[in-house]
Amino acid sequence: MKNINIIQVEDLTKMFGDFTAVNDITFEVKKGEIFGFLGANGAGKTTAMKMLIGILTPTSGEAQVANFDVYTNPDDIKKNIGYMSQKFALYDDLTVKENITFFGGIYGLSREQIKEKRCQLVEELGLSEVVNDLVSSLPLGWKQKLAFSVALLHDPKIIFLDEPTGGVDPITRRQFWEMIYKTAHNGTTVFVTTHYMDEAEYCDRVSIMVNGKIEALDTPKKLKEQFKVDSMNDVFLKLARG
Amino acid sequence: MKRFIGFIKKEFYHIFRDRRSLFILFGMPIAQIMLFGFAITNEINNVDIAILDKSKDVNTQKIINKISSSKYFSVKQIIENEAEIEAIFKKGNVKAVLVFEKDFSKKLTVENNADVQIITDATDPNTANTISNFVSSILQKYQQEINKDIPIAYQIVPETRMIYNQELKSVFMFVPGVMTIILMLVSAMMTSISITREKEMGTMEILLVSPLKPFQVIIGKVFPYIFLSIINAIVIVLLSIFIFKMPVQGSFFLLGFESILFIVNALSLGILISTISETQQTAMMISLMGLMLPVILLSGFIFPISSMHFILQIISNIIPAKWFIIILKGIMLKGIGITLLWKETLILAAMTLFFIVLSIKKYKIRLE
Repeated sequence: MKNINIIQVEDLTKMFGDFTAVNDITFEVKKGEIFGFLGANGAGKTTAMKMLIGILTPTSGEAQVANFDVYTNPDDIKKNIGYMSQKFALYDDLTVKENITFFGGIYGLSREQIKEKRCQLVEELGLSEVVNDLVSSLPLGWKQKLAFSVALLHDPKIIFLDEPTGGVDPITRRQFWEMIYKTAHNGTTVFVTTHYMDEAEYCDRVSIMVNGKIEALDTPKKLKEQFKVDSMNDVFLKLARG
Repeated sequence: MKRFIGFIKKEFYHIFRDRRSLFILFGMPIAQIMLFGFAITNEINNVDIAILDKSKDVNTQKIINKISSSKYFSVKQIIENEAEIEAIFKKGNVKAVLVFEKDFSKKLTVENNADVQIITDATDPNTANTISNFVSSILQKYQQEINKDIPIAYQIVPETRMIYNQELKSVFMFVPGVMTIILMLVSAMMTSISITREKEMGTMEILLVSPLKPFQVIIGKVFPYIFLSIINAIVIVLLSIFIFKMPVQGSFFLLGFESILFIVNALSLGILISTISETQQTAMMISLMGLMLPVILLSGFIFPISSMHFILQIISNIIPAKWFIIILKGIMLKGIGITLLWKETLILAAMTLFFIVLSIKKYKIRLE
């Protein structure tokens, strides 16, 4: 079991004072799948995700990410995951090349590895003309793709994407999902939070969080059958309205 | 180590690509030193005064000559009646008026007592005070001169000597203060802004998810500012030595050591500020209001601590800058060493340790 499930979560809970942000959630993510982590704003998605990426200690429960325990080995988890936040955080005042070098460097890649990755990445994304331009001069869609590729520089086993398509136009979103598919096809597990319900349809399996609890977890097809609706949007509305 | 170098390289890109921070880092120290050295000064030099001489005799003439030949005063106007005094003060042409009473010499020789009135423009009380002191001392000297053949039974002649800053050059007093302010500004404000900027941009999150440890991130952010602050301290000391002929009586080694101690102190304050502020603006406001104001007002830089209200005197003890200024003055002007400054050094070191521990604690809590 262990080597098939790359993320294993059992009864995970996080309390902030009296407030239960994440309430006793249990799920697992299989190696190589695209796992959609859905929920309204404030449902606890980000808190749950922060526990999985090792920057927040759970109050109780168990969780293993890439076969490492979140309590005892957060540092090993960090080496094996990639993370991209909703802000596509790159350094605006650094060039494309400098950003790649910097992030490659903090993940401990050698100079040769960084150079090789950079050439490959620049070619794939068609960035060769702007490689020495400041990131601030790039359009949002490019920044987003670059941020995604930078998060994959060190070949992580899992990539966590926190609402990666916020504020991006539909065409770029479409292209971005193509990148996600390609990544998953290459064997990297993708853990993605979103509140775009059409994107939920692209995932292999989705979980829907409401008020800190996971209320539904299955493939989009089965969820639609279960709730007897035509789209994930309707599944979500049914759940959110209770 | 390689990661660390990459991090620092990135930090320098940030600094050198941002004109605003470049200006604060390098423009400000030079501008401040120049301002305090040349423009803002407590010294009096060639102060314009007017004279109303109702007596016009040998003695008054001699006194006037003495005054106008000193480098402190220049006699700008001779006025003829009292009504003019108010008018010339209002015009602002002169800072002081000297009034000799009628029959000055006669009274001096016959009654042994003659009056000179010194009227000063006290809109600037410090200058007014200094002027009247200087005039009084010129008058006293003259009195001694004319009395030197006549033995007086009992006489106490105070002989004042200002030591450590014989010429009363205000730049010597300002240099330690300016150095303190600039090191505080660069170290505390700039680091707190640069750390909160990462938070604001969302890159801090990325760094925390990376294999870098939180303390590595912080040291990486802080290191360039230690380096730049040391350069700043050196620039300030060199400027004051070569442009203002400021003496450094004590050891340069001790000066360097104490400066680094103070820089680390200010940096840990900067980290502390960054843990409690979410945006660059907040960090800047807290640094300015919470650090710069106390440094300027309560450290003894401009206002002497001994003349403050009792409560403020107590509060001034918790301001690191106060101790650093004492140390700087001690080393630069008095030339004393660690044997006399160990107490201040120890206080500064204890404060630094306290701030470091507090900011690490705060930082951890924030991560939770």
